[in-house]
Amino acid sequence: METVIEAIDLVKQFGPFTAVDTISFAVRPGEVFGFLGPNGAGKTTTMKMIQCASPRTSGTLSVFGMDPGTHSHEIKAMIGVVPQETNLDTEFSTFENLMVYSRYFGIPKEVAEERAEKLLDFVQLTEKRDINIEKLSGGMKRRLILARALVNQPKLLILDEPTIGLDPQARHLIWEKLKLLRSLGNTIVLTTHYLEEAERLCDRLVIMNNGTILVQGSPAALVRDHVGGGIVEAEHSPGVVACLLDMGIPYEVAGDRVQVVTDNPGAVARELLAKCDAKQVLTRAATLEDVFLKLTGRVLRE
Amino acid sequence: MIRELLTVPRLTGKAWTVWRRNLDVFLKTWRVNLVPPFIEPFLYLIALGFGLGGFVGYIGDVPYIDFIAPAIVAVSIMNSAFFECTYGSYVRMYYGKTFDAIIATPVSIEEVIAGELLWGATRSMIYTSLMLPVLVLFGVVDLPSSLLLIPFAFLGGLLFACIAMCFTAVTPSIDALNYPSFLFITPMLLFSGTFFPITVLPPALQVFAYAVLPLTNVVNICRGLTLTMFSPFMLYNLAWIVIVTGALFLISVNLMKRRLVV
Repeated sequence: METVIEAIDLVKQFGPFTAVDTISFAVRPGEVFGFLGPNGAGKTTTMKMIQCASPRTSGTLSVFGMDPGTHSHEIKAMIGVVPQETNLDTEFSTFENLMVYSRYFGIPKEVAEERAEKLLDFVQLTEKRDINIEKLSGGMKRRLILARALVNQPKLLILDEPTIGLDPQARHLIWEKLKLLRSLGNTIVLTTHYLEEAERLCDRLVIMNNGTILVQGSPAALVRDHVGGGIVEAEHSPGVVACLLDMGIPYEVAGDRVQVVTDNPGAVARELLAKCDAKQVLTRAATLEDVFLKLTGRVLRE
Repeated sequence: MIRELLTVPRLTGKAWTVWRRNLDVFLKTWRVNLVPPFIEPFLYLIALGFGLGGFVGYIGDVPYIDFIAPAIVAVSIMNSAFFECTYGSYVRMYYGKTFDAIIATPVSIEEVIAGELLWGATRSMIYTSLMLPVLVLFGVVDLPSSLLLIPFAFLGGLLFACIAMCFTAVTPSIDALNYPSFLFITPMLLFSGTFFPITVLPPALQVFAYAVLPLTNVVNICRGLTLTMFSPFMLYNLAWIVIVTGALFLISVNLMKRRLVV
């Protein structure tokens, strides 16, 4: 099989509102594929179409070569879903949550029990096996949801904002598990608006905004193609701005900072210090965040 | 529109996995679940049966307490399924996001709703089974005919579960579920031949009650069973319940599908 998911001109409309506007992408076996974008970009809607929860308006979509509109039963048996909301069964213990979920897949009880024990070990929750999930921390609940998404040994794992609202330790633990799953040959699709997460995890990603895909590629290639090598930042003062204009160096204002994109950050920094009397000069490598902000703008999304 | 609402969904045995999930939760919290069906008949029988019954005496040649005993069962059938599939289902759907979790598996949304309805009916059956020994103890119901209340509670429960799910499918919020509770369930509780014979109502209202009010038909069957007084009219009641339940089962599943699949 060449692709796990293939979308061509995929559209989703809610009444007059177009949530996903003619997007095309292909996910290959064994890769981690990311959907990056601000709130309301259409990431979650795209996930819902892939996981057969929401019918598409037009375009073609195939998952494992099957149409989610007609083969939802078969597709859903082969995928694992980590939703954005924590929707565990609050009445049950950690272990029971996995067992009840296994039943929906028709997994025999003995097999399910064995898998549940292994999965609890995998997400480091064996100690919390018989504890009511209301007593788990946010990070533990997310790990349990990850384990739950694996009960049917899915060939494709879909994660919608897997680390939302977690502290750094909990986030790193999830990343570690996802990397491990990838190394075992799993195909993973995830959405995120954490740029660091996308940069660390994704082999390839798309950046979405207003329902469309702006760019796609590997994180490194996106940074190289859309921003360049380095960034020099200095304080946003009239003196610095006048001096940059004077020297003809293009810059961008980002809050109380000015940013200069350049392939030679050292030279620009020296000029700023020597000629512009800049006080706070910082040079750094360009990141995915720079690509993201350049493409999606700096306007706040609600 | 009508055709869409009466579409027969494709259902498999997976609906029972949803039913089983709810049963597991029920058993997990059995302490709070099992007490009400024991207490409820006590309260009614003492307050209405002995209290009010002391003044009323007999209705026809039936002691008042025996007259209301089947109504207590019917009201419990109604309440347990109706509240399970309104507030209970709404909380699972909206707050718990349980339905979202389940439909990410090979279980379809139609099967989730079917499982919820079957569970609502089962809850009525469980409650009836628990009340029955209390009523037998008071000596207000006949045996063995009253044992038929248990399977009948499943059918009657399914009827109210389907009615409830229609409201759940269209309610804008959990608070708005108070409307059917107070404007539909409470009046029925009072005017369905429960605590006084329906024959005292004007003829037009009697026709209305048997043609439109589900509880009236349920009460009449329950009463026939507990008093061992079978009449051909009970076949009409049964047919009414079966047909309305069938139609509302389809409508509630399709309404919920319309609400949840967007």
